[in-house]
Amino acid sequence: MLAVGAVFLPLIGALIAGFRGRTLGDHKSQMVTCGFMAASTVASWLLFFLTVPGGEASSVSLFTWVSSGELSFEWALRVDPLSTVMLMTVTTISLLVHVYSIGYMHHDPGVPRFMAYLSLFTFFMLMLVTSDNLVQMFFGWEGVGLASYLLIGYWYERPSANAAAIKAFVVNRVGDFGFTLGIFGVFMVFGTVNLDAIFAAAPGMADATVSFLGIEWHAMTLCCLLLFVGAMGKSAQLGLHTWLPDAMEGPTPVSALIHAATMVTAGVFMVARLSPLFVLSDTAMAVVTLVGAATAFFAATIGCTQHDIKRVIAYSTCSQLGYMFFALGVGAFGTGIFHLMTHAFFKALLFLGAGSVIHAMSDEQDMRRMGGLWKLIPVTYVLMWIGSLALMGVPPFAGFYSKDMILEVAFASHSFTGSIAFLLGLAAAGMTAFYSTRLLMLTFHGKPRANERVMAHVHESPRVMIWPLVGLAAGAVFAGMLGYDAFVGEDRLAFWGTALAQHADDVTAHAHHVPGWVKTLPLIVTAAGVALGWLFYIARTDLPARVCERFPETYRFVFNKWYFDELYDRIFIQPAFRIGRGLWKKGDGAVIDGLGPDGVATVTRGLARVFSRGQTGYLYHYAFVMIIGLAGIVTWFLLTSAR
Amino acid sequence: MSDFPVLSIITFLPLVGALFIVTVQGEEAVVARNARHVALLTTVFTFLLSLKLWVDFDPAQQGFQFVEKADWLPQYAISYHLGVDGISVLFVLLSTFLSMICVLASWEAIRKRVKEYMIAFLVLETMMVGMFCALDFVLFYVFFEGVLIPMFLIIGVWGGPRRVYAAFKFFLYTLAGSVLMLLALLAMYFQAGTTDIPTLMAFKFAPGLQTWLWLAMFASFAVKVPMWPVHTWLPDAHVEAPTAGSVILAGVLLKMGAYGFLRFSLPMLPLASADFQPLIFLLSVIAVIYTSLVALAQEDMKKLIAYSSVAHMGFVTAGIFAVNQQAVEGALFQMLSHGLVSGALFLCVGVVYDRLHTREITRYGGLATNMPRYALVFMLFMMASVGLPGTSGFVGEFLIMLGVFRDSTLVAMLIAVGVILGACYMLYLYRRVLFGKLEKEDLKGLLDLSPREIAVFAPLVALVLWMGIIPSSFLDFMHVSVADLIANYDAALAQR
Repeated sequence: MLAVGAVFLPLIGALIAGFRGRTLGDHKSQMVTCGFMAASTVASWLLFFLTVPGGEASSVSLFTWVSSGELSFEWALRVDPLSTVMLMTVTTISLLVHVYSIGYMHHDPGVPRFMAYLSLFTFFMLMLVTSDNLVQMFFGWEGVGLASYLLIGYWYERPSANAAAIKAFVVNRVGDFGFTLGIFGVFMVFGTVNLDAIFAAAPGMADATVSFLGIEWHAMTLCCLLLFVGAMGKSAQLGLHTWLPDAMEGPTPVSALIHAATMVTAGVFMVARLSPLFVLSDTAMAVVTLVGAATAFFAATIGCTQHDIKRVIAYSTCSQLGYMFFALGVGAFGTGIFHLMTHAFFKALLFLGAGSVIHAMSDEQDMRRMGGLWKLIPVTYVLMWIGSLALMGVPPFAGFYSKDMILEVAFASHSFTGSIAFLLGLAAAGMTAFYSTRLLMLTFHGKPRANERVMAHVHESPRVMIWPLVGLAAGAVFAGMLGYDAFVGEDRLAFWGTALAQHADDVTAHAHHVPGWVKTLPLIVTAAGVALGWLFYIARTDLPARVCERFPETYRFVFNKWYFDELYDRIFIQPAFRIGRGLWKKGDGAVIDGLGPDGVATVTRGLARVFSRGQTGYLYHYAFVMIIGLAGIVTWFLLTSAR
Repeated sequence: MSDFPVLSIITFLPLVGALFIVTVQGEEAVVARNARHVALLTTVFTFLLSLKLWVDFDPAQQGFQFVEKADWLPQYAISYHLGVDGISVLFVLLSTFLSMICVLASWEAIRKRVKEYMIAFLVLETMMVGMFCALDFVLFYVFFEGVLIPMFLIIGVWGGPRRVYAAFKFFLYTLAGSVLMLLALLAMYFQAGTTDIPTLMAFKFAPGLQTWLWLAMFASFAVKVPMWPVHTWLPDAHVEAPTAGSVILAGVLLKMGAYGFLRFSLPMLPLASADFQPLIFLLSVIAVIYTSLVALAQEDMKKLIAYSSVAHMGFVTAGIFAVNQQAVEGALFQMLSHGLVSGALFLCVGVVYDRLHTREITRYGGLATNMPRYALVFMLFMMASVGLPGTSGFVGEFLIMLGVFRDSTLVAMLIAVGVILGACYMLYLYRRVLFGKLEKEDLKGLLDLSPREIAVFAPLVALVLWMGIIPSSFLDFMHVSVADLIANYDAALAQR
């Protein structure tokens, strides 16, 4: 019952606010959605403490969804340590964001709609994390995609918001293309899409093969790679990441909840959830590691150059998701989820803090027009520092525990891909420190660069916005400390129970015994990053421009986000429209209609004209033709009968 | 055998209603009002009767139910034979349901010759229902071709400015197909000595003959579906047809071809069906990708949805010819779902067309501001059209792709590309019509959905969600009949 309540209460809130919002008014809609969300959060926490440590997976089945031949799956809610960790994280962040939105969206004309979307999103996310079969996971998966689309395009009058919303939906669809094929592959191999049955049969399928596109594949590798394409789309990994920075067009609470803390981590959750399959394929695990490491590095480089405060944090999210993936890839599933949880707190904090800054600056997002704010909004300033320190992985903040653990497991895996991940992760850690410092310095320190009118208007956010930030800050400080033993430390096996698969090589255990320099190096790199940030943006503010002048190509390449958008526009979007137009005008118009109905009509008309010429109306013409015809028939008759 | 000829009553009740309208005389406004009311009453009653059919239908029973059989032309072994199985029963419901919706949707949109319009619609309903119930090939042929006449009139009389061209194109395509099907009908009759469909299903046609019969029927069914490359009549027909005409065209008429494949090609000509499977797969894949790309370039709302219909029917044909439980059930489900969803999308276009009298996409923009209810309804049907899980569109697409994947991973992958493209053209349409700033002066005065329009959309919304969340209540009807179909098909192939 608790699970049903936790999952469906937000939906009820969403429906009430969505359909009765105009009669209820803004205030009551906010109360209703926040109230249902709070109840759901309480239920989730209760469930969490009832389940961990090591609760066996149980599932609440509601009713049959689809049954066709041997394919059959239900609407069911699965409760185990992994899903309750997710329930707890998602509902907590969601509740805080709901409350924050009361203040942030204060002046917006569409408050009930916004609150309804937020609650609806939460419902889909909870369906995703409690799914008992792959198709229900896909339901949640697409549902959060819909909510994300609606919320990115929330200010639907802005063309840029609409474009970003469509982009997010379509790029995710490309990922879903892999996800669906992955589901079909799993069904081909196992004959079922229900998780319990799949996990039970998985060890026996370690060497199974399956034919795909005429090639015989190692079954688990194929399925996992296809499913991972879906994860890449949702979690904005290299290649399918282009939608995430644009998604910042949505209101800031949305960026915090959906595009930082919860939805984008769905891919990480999916890989962890399906860890019993992934451990059976070394190839798939290697791919996950490499993609994650590459994204962690690549997104961090871009994060160092962007001017929009939200985009910096967005690329940071992308980079941190890369960390989670390579933790999963080396087999440390608990570590990946640990970072997912801590990251949810500090990244939501950073986004909402940034929202607080934007709010104070009369909707300015460009850091070049900020600066010198720290005295004016001191609470936000302190909170942003907490979030940044957690992100950089400075002890004793949350990020320190999870991120260092990730680097340690990567090192401890002693595999080629693990070593690459370690190096790229280390480089990304340095850049993380750099861009975090850069953000803080540009925003809060130095001389104010905004015009006087804006500066005069700068004010601390109302309490309804500050308190959720304090809650998140508490998470950003303590979540690592409190969770460490259970998630990745000594108690981890008891804590996770059977929810996560055990990789043959227990890298998490090795990670606790890595050499001392592996543990200290990330801290040194981080310190260096901070120092560089301070040097560039406080001590020697002329340096950034000079570095850009020295390496103009590199700078332009990175600043333009490695030209992914331009590339996709050139090879996918423009050709699609051009081909579409061509097929329509030339294919349908000229060829099919030309040869088909229009052609037939033209030919008929032509023939009719020829025949009608014969109908002159002169009797002697007809008589002449008759005589010739008669002569012809007689001749033919004589010739054939003579033979 | 049922004592109560329920199928005959459902089939001919609309015709009775039509005859009743014929007798209505008097002042024009009075006639129009009476015609509307009689038509609505008739369609509602027919729908309620078909609901009874649905309730009484036993999903666990094999073969045809509610069978009625009477001699028609006994000297030629042609009989009046009706019955439904798990494949056809839901289409009877779809037809009666959409007819009811259409009468309601035409309430204010049709202002000239209301009496004749309603008569045409009721005759159309009789033809559609009869076609799905017919168990004699001659009877089927009569209904199958008979459908064209009222449809032809609805496009030709109540259609848009280029209605003559559209009607001519529609006619030319379907005529070519019909002639060939008539030949196939005659050939089958001379071979088997009967036109009784259950008998023909059990009859084993020689392999060589199967090929020719299959091709002849294919010509007719492919045009109706429509499959690429004989689809070009559809966009024109839709654009020129009045809204309700488009709804029936997309909702029911497009299903006739696919139904034909299931009722004739697969059970009667299994060997040829297996041989031609690659052809169907090829045409389906082309249909899905080609028409999705074409839809992306459209400037007319109705044309865009028409092209999307061709793409969705490409899924259906691929599913039917994958011949396994999931794919065929998926195809049936997708047909039902597409009937509701594309019908609803045409109604959505109709809503703004009634207000502004243009279908040009660029003439709109920002309607979400003053028409929030409309925006919500349109959003729901758009999401159903792109196959969002939780809506009816997902279940069909998912089952089809899963079934096809078992047969050919390549085909499944290619039609899955269509799912991506589907999102592109639908979201792009929605953005241009509903989103953006409300700037155009003539749009600012547009009113949101009226109570009558809400009454039209509400049942569609409910059904689309119901089918998406509890599809079992529909899939359960199909299991036995589809399993039989597949078992017979496999048995025929095994004997080769």
